[in-house]
Amino acid sequence: MIILFGVFLLALLVITALAIVRSESLFAAVILTGIFSLLMAANFFLLDAADVALTEAAIGAGISTVLFLGALALTGEHERGIATNRLLALGVVSITTLLVIYATFDKPRLGDPDAPVQQHVGPWYLEKTAELIDIPNAVTAVLGSFRGYDTLGEVFVVFTAGIGVLFLLSARTGWRPEDIEGVHAPEQGLRHYLVPRVVGRMLIPFIFLFGLYVQFHGDYGPGGGFQAGAIVASSVILYALLEGEKRALEALPMRVLQWLVAGGALLYGAVGVAGMLLGGNFLDYSVLASDPIAGQHIGIILIELGVGITVTGVLLCVFHAFAARGKV
Amino acid sequence: MTMAIDILSWIMLTAGGIFVFIGGLGALRMPNLYTRMHAASLTDTIAAVLILGGIMLQAGTTLATIKLAAILLFLLLTSPTASNALASAAILSGLQPEEGPIKPREDDA
Amino acid sequence: MELLGLVYYWVFAILLMIGFYAVIAKPNLIKKLIGLSIFQAAVFLLYITMGKIDGGTAPILQDGVTLYSNPLPQVLILTAIVVGISTTALGLGIVVRINEEYGSIEEHEIQERDRQ
Repeated sequence: MIILFGVFLLALLVITALAIVRSESLFAAVILTGIFSLLMAANFFLLDAADVALTEAAIGAGISTVLFLGALALTGEHERGIATNRLLALGVVSITTLLVIYATFDKPRLGDPDAPVQQHVGPWYLEKTAELIDIPNAVTAVLGSFRGYDTLGEVFVVFTAGIGVLFLLSARTGWRPEDIEGVHAPEQGLRHYLVPRVVGRMLIPFIFLFGLYVQFHGDYGPGGGFQAGAIVASSVILYALLEGEKRALEALPMRVLQWLVAGGALLYGAVGVAGMLLGGNFLDYSVLASDPIAGQHIGIILIELGVGITVTGVLLCVFHAFAARGKV
Repeated sequence: MTMAIDILSWIMLTAGGIFVFIGGLGALRMPNLYTRMHAASLTDTIAAVLILGGIMLQAGTTLATIKLAAILLFLLLTSPTASNALASAAILSGLQPEEGPIKPREDDA
Repeated sequence: MELLGLVYYWVFAILLMIGFYAVIAKPNLIKKLIGLSIFQAAVFLLYITMGKIDGGTAPILQDGVTLYSNPLPQVLILTAIVVGISTTALGLGIVVRINEEYGSIEEHEIQERDRQ
């Protein structure tokens, strides 16, 4: 019954996607992408994926919109020119759509408990989480402990993207606050606008607190390092928007952010190496404490902390790379 | 007693839904940006209060009610601020509010 | 009920191809990146749809619930969302640099300036 609501959300998704592709103003397209991500997050929640919905809302609807707007401020806002191969593209796209729709008739029906994907590994993880790791959130248990090696790779992907953007965009800007000056200095940020400034400054510590709550409650409910990193980063981005880029770089200088980026990945790797030094395998948490289950708890909290720190650092580095660029 | 709470929450949820519909209708039919924002702000304030209040009544006295109250407080703080920022941005980019009798929109037949 | 589940897969196909059309047919670089993110979101929808079980709840173990949805696709997609934003950030950095060097982010203008 609730799936009918999901179908309604899917219709809205298709309409929004069509509007995104057809709109000529890039600004409107970016805002519509934020709405698209939010509708997708609602759909994920209806499909019982609470962690994924939180991540998609925080990262897709929140941070991704800010990054696109930051890039739009440095390039043009309107799309010029039309494509020369539209008919060919439409033809290829229609044929592929029909092929994929034809292929979906062979899929197991939605929600079938006997589908092949629900056998073997999924139920095994659900059983063994209660037995071996003893935390309520099975997704965090799988992410942090059973598939911890994949999450290590993911932290390094985020780290690589951060240093990639820093390589690309830091040749010209100075990162020191003294380098950001000029005509915009007296009017930086939203300092003249009373309502956003007062409400924003009141809300920033609560957003930060909520980010910390999501970080440390990842074991007991939806949450974890990735969502928490995005929420904490968005609180600092709110401060940068309100007070101006110069003050934001004075509050959290780039060197601190670079330490955060490297420190989180180092923490993750250190937990893995500590497992080796204490007698187990790499990323084996059971040897971190006298009781294997307590060791798993310690390991998961430490690596989620590492993930959160790296994601915060990278998202803020990327934001400052875009925001501080036009000012010099 | 639970029957009365059930009926009250049903009334609140339905009224909230009606206000959302009115807000959406206004956002489509109003002539310019400022009047459209004014109509859309209905969904942020009164509809949010009614819908979240109805859900809080359904949740009873559990932790979920306190979380819903926190969400409602956050919504009531941020949505009017966002409308204010949007209106400031519109004035900054030169769109002045119109005065005088309502002119029909150009895209109406 | 079977048709209902199929609607999810059809919407996956439609969103996939809308995003793909934006990548191949729109000359603006940022529009291509937006289309790529729509493409990624459609793939996420497919995986999460496959993980749902009728009558299950979110895979957070609690007393009194016996049937949970599959946690494994959700772990995979959580990773994929973060990787997606990382590649989008890097792509936007490249677009900003292209704009500074070539003066435009439209494909044909960049190719023309390249030929000179």
